[in-house]
Amino acid sequence: MKKGKKIKKQTRNRRRPFDGLQALFLFLVFCLITLLGAILSNSPRTVSGLAGAVASLQDQSGVESPVTAVLLNFRGYDTLLEVMVLLLAVIGVWSLAKAPFPTPETDISPVQMGVVRLLAPVMCLVAAYLVWQGSHLAGGAFQGGAILGAAGVLLLVSELPWLHAIPVYVLRIGLVLGPLVFVGTALSCLFLTGTLLAYPKGTAGWLILLIETACALSIGLTLALLFGGGRPESDVPGGDSP
Amino acid sequence: MIFLADSPSWMITPVILPLIAGLLCFLFSRRTFVIALITALINLFVACLLIYQLLVFGTIRYYIGGWRPPIGISLRTDGPALLMLLMTAVTGLAITLYARGYFSYRIADPVRGSRHQHQQRYFWPLWMLLLAGLNGLFLSGDIFNLYVTLELIGISAASLAALSGKPASQRASFRYLLISLLGSLTYLLGIVFFYRTCGVLDLGVLQNTAINEPGIRAALALLTVGLLLKTALVPLHFWLPPAHANALAPVSVILSALVVKGSFYLLFRFWFELFAPIVTTSALNFMGTLGAIAILWGGIQAIRQQRLKLMVAYSTVSQLGYLFIAFPLSRTLTGVPVWSAVIFIALTHACAKSAMFMAAGNVYLHLGHDRIRNLDGVRASLPITVFAYGIAGVSLMGLPPSGAFIAKWMLLTSSIDSSQWWWALVIMAGSLLAMVYVFRVMSHFFVIPKRESLKETTPLSPLLEWPALILALIALFLSLLAPWLLHILSQGSTGLAQLFPGGLP
Amino acid sequence: MITTLLYSLTGLILFGMGLFTLIIHSHPLRKILAINVMASGVFLILIATAYTPLGQGEIDPVPHAMVLTGIVVSVSVTALALILACRVQETSNRTLRKKTKQPKNTKGPKS
Repeated sequence: MKKGKKIKKQTRNRRRPFDGLQALFLFLVFCLITLLGAILSNSPRTVSGLAGAVASLQDQSGVESPVTAVLLNFRGYDTLLEVMVLLLAVIGVWSLAKAPFPTPETDISPVQMGVVRLLAPVMCLVAAYLVWQGSHLAGGAFQGGAILGAAGVLLLVSELPWLHAIPVYVLRIGLVLGPLVFVGTALSCLFLTGTLLAYPKGTAGWLILLIETACALSIGLTLALLFGGGRPESDVPGGDSP
Repeated sequence: MIFLADSPSWMITPVILPLIAGLLCFLFSRRTFVIALITALINLFVACLLIYQLLVFGTIRYYIGGWRPPIGISLRTDGPALLMLLMTAVTGLAITLYARGYFSYRIADPVRGSRHQHQQRYFWPLWMLLLAGLNGLFLSGDIFNLYVTLELIGISAASLAALSGKPASQRASFRYLLISLLGSLTYLLGIVFFYRTCGVLDLGVLQNTAINEPGIRAALALLTVGLLLKTALVPLHFWLPPAHANALAPVSVILSALVVKGSFYLLFRFWFELFAPIVTTSALNFMGTLGAIAILWGGIQAIRQQRLKLMVAYSTVSQLGYLFIAFPLSRTLTGVPVWSAVIFIALTHACAKSAMFMAAGNVYLHLGHDRIRNLDGVRASLPITVFAYGIAGVSLMGLPPSGAFIAKWMLLTSSIDSSQWWWALVIMAGSLLAMVYVFRVMSHFFVIPKRESLKETTPLSPLLEWPALILALIALFLSLLAPWLLHILSQGSTGLAQLFPGGLP
Repeated sequence: MITTLLYSLTGLILFGMGLFTLIIHSHPLRKILAINVMASGVFLILIATAYTPLGQGEIDPVPHAMVLTGIVVSVSVTALALILACRVQETSNRTLRKKTKQPKNTKGPKS
């Protein structure tokens, strides 16, 4: 213990010297990477993965883009859990800290306001286009959600007063919307076709679009709120936080 | 059709239901306990129903979205998976009740009540999503889907560990989060090697194509290291004690009883089913050695601890070692299925350790601290808790009739039959160490305090004490259920059937 | 073929660099960044895996989907880890200030 403290005090001012332990770690990591690299380069790929299987079932998936087909149809269950992971991050962040926004009375330059006014609507449009495009090209809920999230971050940074007037329950509903629509669709598929997430014939394209739209909204909100860095002020009724 | 008892659709309930419950608990700030309780009850019911289905129909696969592997994701039930599911359901119900009692007690505190209200607000959704992740892990048959469930578990567990708001718990939780992330990245790299070599992600398909190639070996090594980080086997255990000991009492129970079991279960399945053909004896011995070190080191550290919760946490490190000692003994089949020993240890440990952490939490609530030196006279004020602690301790030591006794007996006979006596020595030493650390605390419980220094506290509610006692009793009498459990265990696991050509008893 | 190998090896090197930094450095922010570099390395290898040798120019969409999932997971974990690191920093600062304020306890760090 004492020794550790001493070392800390010494290294506060100057850079830590490159000691033996570090060299050992460097050596070990180097060996590990060399070994893995040798395995990678010496084992030529003889199997082709799942490209063929996806291509042969593509026309049954309801979308033209293979990545979207994998994400929301063939392996939709993964995506469902993954949307939950995002929500979980927000719950975790909210449980930990209060949002540092709004910071008291900072002046926003008129240039920034102008840029935000111009950019935010365009970003929303681009997000909507990306979600729509996801059915046949690269794009989809996550890409659209990322753009929406960026728009949200812009709005947060520019400290618009109406942002903080949004009641918390609206935020909660927005966060839960995507996962809830996803689970709801999955369950209604269960009742209609007898299997979880097996879309009824002919409806796959529309159902995927529905899920993607709801998820894009929730993902955008999630990312913006993660940037917010904590729960809004009035989250717990009558509860003050640590 | 969907609601009939023989419908395969029940298999998705343990995952989907807690997910919905988690969403609802996040959405609504009232009645969250009711939602969680209903979920836990249905979860237990469905676990029993699935076991019934397993016994009647054998192993069942469920293809999500109707897409068969290799392209889709499948869930599957078999003996080990369902026993772990049942373990989670039983302890989960007890934890739900205990958490309710814990938060009610804490919120009634006039000074700090509001802080605990805040904790409770976030506890329920996190706990429900963690439950969904665990159930998903036990049922999933897809290597990448397992990664997602591992992340679900890791993030919710780290958030739960930080919930108490104490600086120590937040530091521990940060470390836990990093380790968990490092583990899942290593696991993901393992998946990459796997996919490159095999071209599939489904475990059932993989089994047939598992080839003896360097790529597969690298995959196994990476997957193992990733999971070992999450399971906290000895050289990688450093994050566990602070994270488990500084969390809120119900969270400690969840982390210690359930979360570490999830990654171990996966590791076990990989070693004995998927990669069984390429696992070498020396690798098994290596894992066994780590397990032996874990037993001894964890036990010694547990004896040295000054705080009750830390002691229980180090006891977890020690008990996890037993799970790995079964690895080298698995090759010596002399009529005793060593493999079933692992499940017995896991089940007993889940129940006993839950009871023990609940008891420790009660002591903490009652006294306001958990320094072992000053625990005198708790027996008089918390008789049920002390009783639960004692019984749980008996189970951890492995005395009959606890489930761990059967398991240790199997391990002992197997190691002596195969003339690997050194494992037997470690197992017995571990039991002795457990005896020391359990009785060390017990002796304090029974000392009559010299002066009546016990301050006036509100009595603990039955919700705090009875779940602990019931779980401890389950752990103690688990061996009476042994024939039934072994019967379930023998159902439907193809990999295990290969391992035990003669069949399980 | 040589291109995908190049990507894979670069990914591995990134993974190694991240791992080394993660072990060596104690600052939480560095650790979080190191984890992110490691994640990028793994994703790079995964993307390289999507290029299948047998099909003529056919790209395997499954690794793409996996990478997308992985990115989402790593974003959420990074956010959580950053907030946790901030909280740890805040609380340790607070206790530090308390220590320096108390006249009895003068052993606290000076600067």
